[in-house]
Amino acid sequence: MNINMTLFGQSIAFFVFVWFCMKFIWPPLTKMLDERKQTIADGLAAAEKGKHDEELAKKRALETLKKAKEQAAEIIAGAQKRAGEIVDEAKGAAHQEADRIKAAATAELEQEVNRAREHLRGEVVSLAVAGAGRVLKREIDAKANEDLLKDLVAQL
Amino acid sequence: MASAELTPSEYIQHHLTNLTFGQHPDGSWGMAHSAAEAKAMGFWAIHVDTMLWSVFLGATFLFIFHRAAKRATAGVPGGLQNFVESIIEFIDTSVRGSFTAKNDMVAPLALTLFVWIFLMNLMDLVPVDWIPELAKLLGVHYMKVVPTTDPNATFGMSIAVFVLIIYYSIKMKGPRGFVGELALQPFGKFGMPANLLLEGINLIAKPVSLALRLFGNLYAGEMIFILIALLYSGGVFWSIFGGVLQLGWAIFHILIITLQAFIFMTLTVVYLDMAHQEHH
Repeated sequence: MNINMTLFGQSIAFFVFVWFCMKFIWPPLTKMLDERKQTIADGLAAAEKGKHDEELAKKRALETLKKAKEQAAEIIAGAQKRAGEIVDEAKGAAHQEADRIKAAATAELEQEVNRAREHLRGEVVSLAVAGAGRVLKREIDAKANEDLLKDLVAQL
Repeated sequence: MASAELTPSEYIQHHLTNLTFGQHPDGSWGMAHSAAEAKAMGFWAIHVDTMLWSVFLGATFLFIFHRAAKRATAGVPGGLQNFVESIIEFIDTSVRGSFTAKNDMVAPLALTLFVWIFLMNLMDLVPVDWIPELAKLLGVHYMKVVPTTDPNATFGMSIAVFVLIIYYSIKMKGPRGFVGELALQPFGKFGMPANLLLEGINLIAKPVSLALRLFGNLYAGEMIFILIALLYSGGVFWSIFGGVLQLGWAIFHILIITLQAFIFMTLTVVYLDMAHQEHH
């Protein structure tokens, strides 16, 4: 157990080791550890933010859905009302149209009847004149008896 | 066992002798062939085994950690990186706990001290005859594999720490502040001799206690391993008994070697912290 130069050899070796460790080992490792710490912190923050965003989005989606449902209900109600109106309008128009057609038909019928009656009247007059002529066995001057005939026609 | 042709005291003596390189009294340079020759070499000799093993272990530590540092990613760490990171975190936490000033050198210094001393202590767990016997086969007569059982190694480290303590004391407080701290406390300027004596002892006690604590623990542990190894030459019963003892002591020693490395590191950090503090 002699004390000798080994003493200084050890001291020198020690200083060299410390220098090397301080230069090439400690800084990169602690830097890396700090970086990892930062990464983890960032990741956690991002996750927290993501969760928060998701909640917000969910809430917004629910609101939108609710609004959409309300709108749909409104639209459906409006459409039903409109459909009723349209049906009523159509009914009214159909009634009117029917009345109009009926009225036109009635008027035409009356016209036809009148025309037929006129025609019949003319026929009857001719028949009556022919009958009377035959009865009198003479020509009746149609002109001379026109007033008479007209009167007769009016009575028919 | 080597003890077959040696007496127990020769066996122990052999295990406690370093492989020494130096100048023989006759002027030639070379390895010492006995403990007496090594002693005769005086101060200008070197313990080749202590230097070799300590530098080898220190280089192993630096190599492994440097590899981890080069490949370090902030992403998912691999096995080696995980291991290195846990040590770094451990050192970082304990340095932050006891060192309050700002100095980028202290944490790497603490890491180096802890791992290096731990590795040197770890050599104590290698069965005491393995490496010396192997060295004998290679023609080397002495081989002490645990550098921390050599007071040169422990004092070498503690003197280095002492130099740093003085350096930072002077750097932080100025030469006047440093001398003042030694001379003007605790009794004021009229008690200067007493102050110098007390503070001087206080200062010197730091490296001495650091070195002797580590050396004493490891030397004693090594000694017990050697004594247990002596049992193996005492027949079957003593061999089995020795085996059980060696296992028990080795398991207990795992605690001691880690603890001693940790104590050396922590005290160094604390001393350096004191060197950075202004005295009030």
